[in-house]
Amino acid sequence: MEFLQQLVNGVSLGSIYALIALGYTMVYGIVKLINFAHGDIFMVGAFIGFYSITILDLGFFPSLLISMVTCAILGVLIERIAYKPLRNATRIAALITAIGVSLLIEYGVIYVRGAQPEAYPGDLIPATSLDFLGVKVSSQSLLILGTSVVLMILLQFIVHKTKIGKAMRAVSHDMDAARLMGINVNNTISATFAIGSALAGAAGVAFGMYYTKIEPLMGIIPGLKAFVAAVLGGIGIIPGAMVGGLLLGVIESLVSAAGFSLWRDGVAFVVLILILIFRPAGLFGKNVREKV
Amino acid sequence: MLKIKDINVYYGNIHALKGVSLDINEGEIVTLIGANGAGKSTLLKTISGLLKPKNGNILFEGQSISGKVAQAIVKQGLSHVPEGRRVFANMSVEENLELGAYLRKDKQGIKEDFEKVYNLFPRLLERRKQLSGTLSGGEQQMLAMGRALMARPKLLLLDEPSMGLAPLLVKTIFRIIDEINQSGTTILLVEQNANMALSIADRAYVIETGKIVLSGSSDELNQSDQIRMAYLGGH
Repeated sequence: MEFLQQLVNGVSLGSIYALIALGYTMVYGIVKLINFAHGDIFMVGAFIGFYSITILDLGFFPSLLISMVTCAILGVLIERIAYKPLRNATRIAALITAIGVSLLIEYGVIYVRGAQPEAYPGDLIPATSLDFLGVKVSSQSLLILGTSVVLMILLQFIVHKTKIGKAMRAVSHDMDAARLMGINVNNTISATFAIGSALAGAAGVAFGMYYTKIEPLMGIIPGLKAFVAAVLGGIGIIPGAMVGGLLLGVIESLVSAAGFSLWRDGVAFVVLILILIFRPAGLFGKNVREKV
Repeated sequence: MLKIKDINVYYGNIHALKGVSLDINEGEIVTLIGANGAGKSTLLKTISGLLKPKNGNILFEGQSISGKVAQAIVKQGLSHVPEGRRVFANMSVEENLELGAYLRKDKQGIKEDFEKVYNLFPRLLERRKQLSGTLSGGEQQMLAMGRALMARPKLLLLDEPSMGLAPLLVKTIFRIIDEINQSGTTILLVEQNANMALSIADRAYVIETGKIVLSGSSDELNQSDQIRMAYLGGH
């Protein structure tokens, strides 16, 4: 039962990683950029959620929504201001810019509100827990998991069934061919940043609820781990990010449960190294190119 | 319908098109023939807005389109089937065709055009749920053409539709190009297979290292010794 319990905890934590990983993977899929500022958008999302709950006195869902919308706008602004002018520059130039944006957001937030941590209120939802065959699932975990699952289903729907989703897939596959269809590539890229950042914002609120403590540098480690999750699943592949995130969460929880909780963060990177050695394209990635 | 006046196009320092002029009248099939690297694809990309000319002018139905973004040019009724098909391999045949009609809002008209395209290419109907990356080269060519037709273009640019296809398939593709033209679409056809191209075209231009060196009716060019030697395997 201990194993099952840890599995449940892992899935809950993993769904947060998955939400962040989706943004990494979507942005990479469309502009081939590892957006290192993504973890910081997640942090901003956590703070926006916190202020909505404490200052505006709103509940979980309205705060989640405000956080997602704010992060979407932030993501679009970052893309338009920092990345778009570099679209034809070398990849390394864009990557270094992303690191710069990351630092700017982290220390910008510290400048504005200070570096002190905040604690998410614990009474956001009634703290009960359900018993399934001896496995305890807190109402909080259920809410996080439920929110993540709904958002992922929504994302799949957007990407596969809507016009903007189809445009996103077309642009990520072949930008020039997409232009020839009459697709506005700039708007499509903005939409991708908006959706990815909104998911990071949601992850920030979920993370705040789960771990209670938030602070301006909180985006670094979860951001890196979500990046590992995206690579684990195959960067650029949306289902890959979902599975990669869940897997990483479960692995971490099991490692902690086995008594190696100090090794927890290290394990994520061991996983990354193993993937890069044995399956560089990730679990869902194809090593062969399509025929031409 | 299309009037290109003295355009110059550069890739960095490379002068790819040197003062090219070309005319296409409504209802024609005009072919542009030339060797690899002569500038054929560059010209098509410049017309459809993927490349910007440094100077010169391109008029489409009397309106200047040089320097406009590709999106605006598609909207005016000019579609480009790029070299190498460039289908969206990660999407189904049906989704590829839907993207072809991306700028259109007339649901009824789009439905009709789906039927038209499936009539023209029955193979695509059979495979409409299949990922386009799994299609054969010929089927991908059909899809690329069908996708362009979904925009209901007045002028269709075709870049090397016969490339890499078996001879029998090349014949089919050319027959369909002729059909598309019969139903009222003007065509600019870029080909290395000069024989086939001249057989369906009304007029032809010959391009060498970025310059138009010869033009005339297909019959005239078919008779020309220079062309026979250089492009038709000269007998």
